[in-house]
This record gives sequence, structure tokens and C-alpha cells, in this order.
Amino acid sequence: MERVPILKIGDVLLVSIQIDLQDQGVLALQEDLAERISVTGVHGVIIDISAVEIVDSFIGRMFTTIASISRLFDADTVVVGMRPAVAITLVELGMTLGDVRTALNLEKGMAILAALGRQRGHGDLDEGSDDDLLDEHDMSDEHDESDQAVR
Amino acid sequence: MTLRQEMAQEQPIGSDDDVVRVRQLVRTFAQQVKLSLVDQTKLVTATSELARNTLTYGGGGTAVVEIVNDGRRSGVRAAFRDEGPGIPDVAMALTDGWTTGKGLGLGLSGARRLVDQFELDSEVGRGTSVTVVKWTR
Repeated sequence: MERVPILKIGDVLLVSIQIDLQDQGVLALQEDLAERISVTGVHGVIIDISAVEIVDSFIGRMFTTIASISRLFDADTVVVGMRPAVAITLVELGMTLGDVRTALNLEKGMAILAALGRQRGHGDLDEGSDDDLLDEHDMSDEHDESDQAVR
Repeated sequence: MTLRQEMAQEQPIGSDDDVVRVRQLVRTFAQQVKLSLVDQTKLVTATSELARNTLTYGGGGTAVVEIVNDGRRSGVRAAFRDEGPGIPDVAMALTDGWTTGKGLGLGLSGARRLVDQFELDSEVGRGTSVTVVKWTR
């Protein structure tokens, strides 16, 4: 079984899926990531799927599971680089990926994690309002860059 | 109208590896009939769900993938067959969120939405067969 390498860059773990993962590989990646997050104490995880040709319900569920696991270690997950055909298919399949943060590409994903990191730094006990502010910021970002989304 | 079958390939489904092989086989056929990239992606995703169902719920089986032609257009047909426990309530099984396993319950219902034709035949104690077709536009 092939394993996906997990790279650490500063406060972020980067996973770039370059192979057609079989289900056991998907489960192994979840476990490897949980282990690496807990050992390194990073606050961000980026999953790059720009080379992934299909995302079915099994792989889609991996994203939500990894996001939930990393949340328990005070880390945020961003899935980046989804291909347009994959996005269309996921919606039709019925997978909305719920709470998983996504970004167009690696650069924007890193920017989101940096913004979240700044909030973490300034964080007081009232985390709820911080999150609300950030959500609004994210949405306006997407509108600004919607032109670039169409390639 | 009879469908002209141009070529067919059978892939046993007995392990995780085989699910990946089914995806790759379907992708090759979809490219041969020149399905659009979005339609290729939809078909490969649907067959990935169905191959996993064959493995997980049917205890393994086979997939037969072939190019079909109805005289006007080409398409790819994938037929999955297992001799597992079968599905007691097919209508229920096609509902979003219905599952007896650990999945999300999107496999069957989601796969049906992603293809042009979908046929499900199941008999309790005998097994299940699911056939899907995606046509070129």
C-alpha cells in the first residue's frame, strides 16, 4: 500500500495527494496525520488535491474526518486545489463537505491559515465573536477573487 | 433498438486494489468514447461507489465495463454483480443517507444521480447487480 508523505513547513503540515488512493491508504493517511499533528503541535493542515481526479464519498469523508480530528488538536484544515469537474461531481453526489474549509490553491490556503493563526495569537476568551468576524472576512475574499476562479 | 457492443472487459472485485482498478478501467473507456471531462469524472466517481459497494456489502464480485453504441451516440456501460446477501428494500436503499454499513449512505443514491441510466436488480440471498450507462452528448 502506498502512503502519502506528510511535510512540515513551519506551523503547517502539508499533504499533497498525487496517487489514486485505495481505501486503506485513505485510512492510513488519517491515522498518520493525527499522529503527526499531535507530535508536532502544528496549528494548520493543508490537503492539496490538485492532482486528484476523483473524490468519491469515501475520500470526501476523509476530509471531514481529518478536519474534525485536527480540530481536537487545535489545528485547522484547508483543502486546496479542487478541480472544477471534481467540485461539480461532489455536489451532484450529495457531498457538500460541510465544515471543511477550502481554498482555490495552496497560496490562498496558507493565507487562510495565517489569518487564523493571527486570530489565535490575539485570541481572548470570547472566541465566538472572533470566529464570526473571520467567517465574514472569508466570504468577502471569495467574492473579490471570483474572477480568478474561472480559468 | 439493439445496442452494439464494441468491446468489454471484466474486472474481479475482491480487494481495495480492485476498486482502484475499476476506476482506472472506466476512465480508459470513458476517454476512448470521448466523454467530456466532467462526465468522465461523474462516471468514474459513480463506479467507484458501486465497486466499493460490491466489495463491502456484496462480499466481492465482478465489474464488466464496455463501450456501447445505440446508433446515434456512444457510451460506457459498467455492470457490477455480486452474490452477497442482496438488498431487502431497494427503494429504501436508494434513499440518501440510508446505510447498513459505516458509510454515509450516499453510494447508491449518489451514483444514480451521476449517470444517465441506472438499473438495480437484487434478490435477498442471491445477490445484487447494478448497471449504469453514461452517454456522450
